[in-house]
Amino acid sequence: MKLRTLTLGLLSASALAFAAHAESITIATVNNGDMVRMQKLTDDFTKANPDITLNWVTLEENVLRERVTTDIATKGGQYDVMTIGTYEVPIWAKQSWLLPLDKLGDDYDAKDIIPAIAGGLSVDGKLYAAPFYGESSFVMYRKDLMDKAGLKMPDAPTWDFIKQAADKMTDRANGVNGVCLRGKAGWGENMAFLTAMSNSFGARWFDENWKPQFDQPEWKNTLQFYVDLMKADGPEGASSNGFNENLALFQQGKCGMWIDATVAASFVSDPKNSTVADKVGYALAPDNGLGKRGNWLWAWSLAIPAGTQKADAAEKFVSWATSKHYAELVASKEGWANVPPGTRSSLYANAEYQKAAPFAKMTLDSINAADPTHPTVKPVPYVGVQFVAIPEFQGLGTTVGQLFSAALAGQSSVDDALKQAQDAATAAMTEGGYIK
Amino acid sequence: MARSVTTQHKTIATAAAWIVALLIFFPILYTIITSFKSEQEAIQGFSIIPSGTMESYAEVQAQSGYFKFFFNSVLLSVGSTILALLVAIPAAWSMAFSPTKRTKDILMWMLSTKMMPAVAVLFPIYLIFRDTGLLDSRIGLMVMLMLINLPIVVWMLYTYFREIPGEILEAARMDGASLWNEIVYVLTPMAVPGIASTMLLNIILAWNEAFWTIRLTTTEAAPLTAFISSFSSPQGLFWAKLSAASTLAIAPILIMGWFSQKQLVRGLTFGAVK
Repeated sequence: MKLRTLTLGLLSASALAFAAHAESITIATVNNGDMVRMQKLTDDFTKANPDITLNWVTLEENVLRERVTTDIATKGGQYDVMTIGTYEVPIWAKQSWLLPLDKLGDDYDAKDIIPAIAGGLSVDGKLYAAPFYGESSFVMYRKDLMDKAGLKMPDAPTWDFIKQAADKMTDRANGVNGVCLRGKAGWGENMAFLTAMSNSFGARWFDENWKPQFDQPEWKNTLQFYVDLMKADGPEGASSNGFNENLALFQQGKCGMWIDATVAASFVSDPKNSTVADKVGYALAPDNGLGKRGNWLWAWSLAIPAGTQKADAAEKFVSWATSKHYAELVASKEGWANVPPGTRSSLYANAEYQKAAPFAKMTLDSINAADPTHPTVKPVPYVGVQFVAIPEFQGLGTTVGQLFSAALAGQSSVDDALKQAQDAATAAMTEGGYIK
Repeated sequence: MARSVTTQHKTIATAAAWIVALLIFFPILYTIITSFKSEQEAIQGFSIIPSGTMESYAEVQAQSGYFKFFFNSVLLSVGSTILALLVAIPAAWSMAFSPTKRTKDILMWMLSTKMMPAVAVLFPIYLIFRDTGLLDSRIGLMVMLMLINLPIVVWMLYTYFREIPGEILEAARMDGASLWNEIVYVLTPMAVPGIASTMLLNIILAWNEAFWTIRLTTTEAAPLTAFISSFSSPQGLFWAKLSAASTLAIAPILIMGWFSQKQLVRGLTFGAVK
């Protein structure tokens, strides 16, 4: 009897010790397909790390951004791993809000991360977030409608060609719009597209002295071209269309071309959900011959807030989720086409991936064509292709986005929208102490 | 003749009421319909006949368990309502039966707190919750929801209590009832219908509150509002799944509202016509 009590006591004590040792980390993420897949595959991680348990908090993108910003700014300590983008990483790293990722493990091979992506997530040569999936933007077009119009899409089209093709493909009687582009207001919505587009027109948000540049002819050319193109060949109500709305239109065969995130390729080519899956071709984002293309660069990345008490466990998880091993795990369970794209060079060298994802080469070329440190034709004092990596940009970008969306909807003229954008940007920059 | 006109008017009024009710209910109905579609059906334009698949419900349940969120929603809405009543009944009693010249001002001031945008106080509240260890705690959120709805609860009870003749309470006092006995044994039983409708409305308001319940929780205390939010995606069309999550989240409160509509309408319109 005594022996039994003793054994039981020992067992409970060791169970308690184990429980005390077990660490649970909280991961904040968005509800994108790749993220949901990761949550399903975490058994692989917890099997290898039985002392770590994972708690997930999935939120809508804007709510997530607000939640993690509040938490990190107040050092609330609610999260141990955060899903953030290339916009936040340089700003937060400079504020010392993130821990540098220098213990990702010997076999992590950080050099394999695509240089353009790694550059956007590093400050002073140190990586502050590990990319989970990366994206650029490119042209997705209907090969059948292109043939019908008697045109051939070049690998690297110009904006003039896009206009010409859109005019020819538009067939409103049959519900086909030549081109679908973002119009919904927001710094991550229409302004992501328009800022990237403006780069190819030679425009920039600010000059070297942070003076706003909306009063320059390059911006006028950009916005006028966009509004004219959309009026002639865009869908009805385009000023409220974002990624999802255009995706639905394209999948239903209502767009001749769609210029948007490379990650959309896996949706539009999926025969289960897309009526045009076998008719989609891909091309680089357009340019105007000025040396910059109208494509952006973004990476949803995993970062560790400086306030966490569980940095080691968190870094182990980040290392697992962004490793080559994870890519192989996804491939073995769900096929190569479902591996998170745009982060590692080795994935694009993999013959099986190239076979499974016909858009692989174009995705890599698009990512490589974006340079966040030199995003524009003329020099700029900021980092970021489709955004300006300063804290003021979220508010200012959305204000300008609303003005440009109103111009698209016909509520104001292009000139008025640009004048108001210039005033808003000047006020924000003055208030922020960038200019006097 | 006069009778037939009345009947005709009644028919028109009934038809108009049905049309308005259907218009108001349609978004909810369409959400329920969409939840029984596949993702492919959901994006293929307008259709009110779903294929009847349950795959979205299965996936929603597999992705994030419904019952933990449901349990939190019940606990938070009922708990915050009980807390609110404990504070509001004495407050409304004193304002209704021993008003001072500042009572109206106090009532207006209480209501004015509802006019401030919640986001304006996000940071101070977040810091208070962080420093008191209440982030992601059910107790903290219960208090928060109680505070948010308190002005409405006090107002509703105040309106209801004012309908009760003060003479009855005076009679109780003459019979030697203490203040406590007066509130518990005389006032409360007479005000039960008013308290019940206030309770129901408060439960609905707390159930639907989405600003603080999403921002002050992570995993432990997250209610159904956080559950719905987790199915909204910026890149990808998951309308059927989002509809299934929404249907699951609103179903309990919809059913409760349906069965208690009489009390709800009574509570909301009490004192409206005088």
